[in-house]
Amino acid sequence: MYRLEGVTKEYGHRAVLALRGVDLELADGEWLAVRGPTGHGKSTLLQIMGGLDRPTRGTVELDGRDLTRMSETGVTKVRARLIGFVFQSFNLVPTLSAAENVETALAPLGVHGAQRRRRAAEALAAVGLADRADHLPSELSGGQQQRTAIARALVKEPAVLLADEPTGNLDEDTRDDIIGLLERVWRERHLTMVMVTHDSVVAARARRTGIMRDGRLTVTATSPDVGALRPGTDAVG
Amino acid sequence: MFWIYLRRELRRRMRQAIFIVLGLALGIGLVITVTSAATGVQNAQAAVLHSLYGVGTDVTVTQPPKQGSGTGLSFGFKQQIKQVRSGQIAAGTKINDNELENTQYGTLTASQLAAVSRQRHITAATGALSLTDITATGTVPALSAGSGTFSSSFTTNTFTVDGVDVARGTPGPLSSATVTAGRNFGAADAMANVALADSGYATAGKLKTGSKVDIGGTSFTIIGIVSVPQGSSPPSLYIPLAKAQRIGATGTAKLTGQVNTIYVSADSAADIPAVQQELAVLLPSSTVTDASDLASQVTGSVGSAASLADNLGKWLSVAVLAAAFGLAILLTMAAVARRVREFGTLKALGWRSRRIVGQVLGESVAIGIAGGAAGVALGYGGAALIGKLAPRLSAITGAPSAPAAASGVAGKLAQQISGATTHTVYVTLTAPVTLGAILLAVVLAVAGGMLAGMFGGWRAVRLRPAAALAKVE
Repeated sequence: MYRLEGVTKEYGHRAVLALRGVDLELADGEWLAVRGPTGHGKSTLLQIMGGLDRPTRGTVELDGRDLTRMSETGVTKVRARLIGFVFQSFNLVPTLSAAENVETALAPLGVHGAQRRRRAAEALAAVGLADRADHLPSELSGGQQQRTAIARALVKEPAVLLADEPTGNLDEDTRDDIIGLLERVWRERHLTMVMVTHDSVVAARARRTGIMRDGRLTVTATSPDVGALRPGTDAVG
Repeated sequence: MFWIYLRRELRRRMRQAIFIVLGLALGIGLVITVTSAATGVQNAQAAVLHSLYGVGTDVTVTQPPKQGSGTGLSFGFKQQIKQVRSGQIAAGTKINDNELENTQYGTLTASQLAAVSRQRHITAATGALSLTDITATGTVPALSAGSGTFSSSFTTNTFTVDGVDVARGTPGPLSSATVTAGRNFGAADAMANVALADSGYATAGKLKTGSKVDIGGTSFTIIGIVSVPQGSSPPSLYIPLAKAQRIGATGTAKLTGQVNTIYVSADSAADIPAVQQELAVLLPSSTVTDASDLASQVTGSVGSAASLADNLGKWLSVAVLAAAFGLAILLTMAAVARRVREFGTLKALGWRSRRIVGQVLGESVAIGIAGGAAGVALGYGGAALIGKLAPRLSAITGAPSAPAAASGVAGKLAQQISGATTHTVYVTLTAPVTLGAILLAVVLAVAGGMLAGMFGGWRAVRLRPAAALAKVE
């Protein structure tokens, strides 16, 4: 479970406020979509939730552990074990094949050799890319690259998936395809998912929707349709 | 994962990697070539010095000629010049004079030799006489003819003779010599009229064992031919020290019980400075010379080559190596700068900073090792090229020249004599690639790679993951 309290982030000497006292509670298995204009703090919020950056003030708790009080090594371990990331521009290592890219997520966990390769192959199969395992990112389409990135995020079986504009670089058909995939894995794996998006269609698929404006987060809506897709989910206020 | 990632990354920036490898190879190859050339020059110098010194000799002690003693000038011939001038020898008299003269150094007594032997850090000390046999033949000209005419009226023939202590081989003039024919001196030869001939002199003079030679007016039998290492300037003949002391003279003064060179072995190389200090106190007016002093007296192209290797070669290598290191660092940092997003992503995936630094370091060290291997190959090539193309080097070695004030007839003759004690020897320069040079290359290559990797790695982990990802988003 995520709990953010009074999270504030200032940048630079002029103390530009990217986040202004954000409070948020997110139960295990929830899907929150965060919308809002560019430059209003959506990505900053995601990075702080993922331990990629530290807030200027406030606390970020994940399963009772305050990420803001942990050492860099501790936060790195949390990222390695519990948090999966999906980026808008895929961020695959260009020299590694799809399978090897997926394996990079297992390297810090000390998963070696055959087991690492097997799990990477399974993850790629789960996103429908079993036949593209040996391809370099440059040999894959945008949709296939994002599927590879999703496989990389899921291969370590994280508790949380943080996705920053995962469909931002994709055409409509591919967007629907990727969102369908994310929705499926969210449902199957009981993931807690936070997705930053500009796309209202994508946001509409989430269980909860928040609006980020001037560094303040307002959770505005709950989509009953999507909630209905996931039996057993409790309503979260 | 490490090796796969390393291999793929190096393949991706193959051209850049080759560029760095070539730069490092050039620097390291140059270091090996210069080191090998310097080793070759050192070997050549050592060959020259060994012959002057003898194997096992660490220090030599000589005494400068006494002012006014006539050393170097006052051989018997001068006496005859005086006699001509005073009218005791008439013009037209034929002269055929053969004397064994101490022309180079002042003398040291047996008690001084014994005192040297007793010094704390000295293992052994042996005395020897370094002498010159002078034969002058001609007819005394009229006195009014002047000095120039006088000297041109005579033919002089000189060769060098070392009196060696037959009871002690090392240290001494014969310690680096090899007997190539006949036999060496034995203890029973101490007072015998026997001699050893240097192989070069024997060849030139068609001498062999059993041949007779006149030394200082005494007939000696050649009992052996000896050869000294290449690059040496050996005397023409060796005779027992006791005989040299009996026949030889400094001017008119006999050399009985005297030597003019003491060969000293120190307890260890580390003791040489202490030995030099002890001897400087014991014999304050003497000249104490060690190998490094002697090396500075060796002139000719060997000296020039040594200077070239030590100065230009060394600094050129350092400059090229520094440039190669700088290039490797800059290119590695540039490559890392292009991979900021990649490293930010890996951090987001949970890669620790040290794993990323290790990856960058690994890539750089791999490039460094490739550069080292190519550098060793280049170094071997360079060393082989030196061996093939290098001209023969000359080494000019010799005893201190005659006093500068010498003039007139005596001066001219003295110059002839002192000239005879200066030798130009030719040494073939080789450039052996030593294990030390290869180890140096490997260390430099790894160090170069690590240096570049550390700078690159530091740059890679300096940014927080969010900042690294924001760089591209």
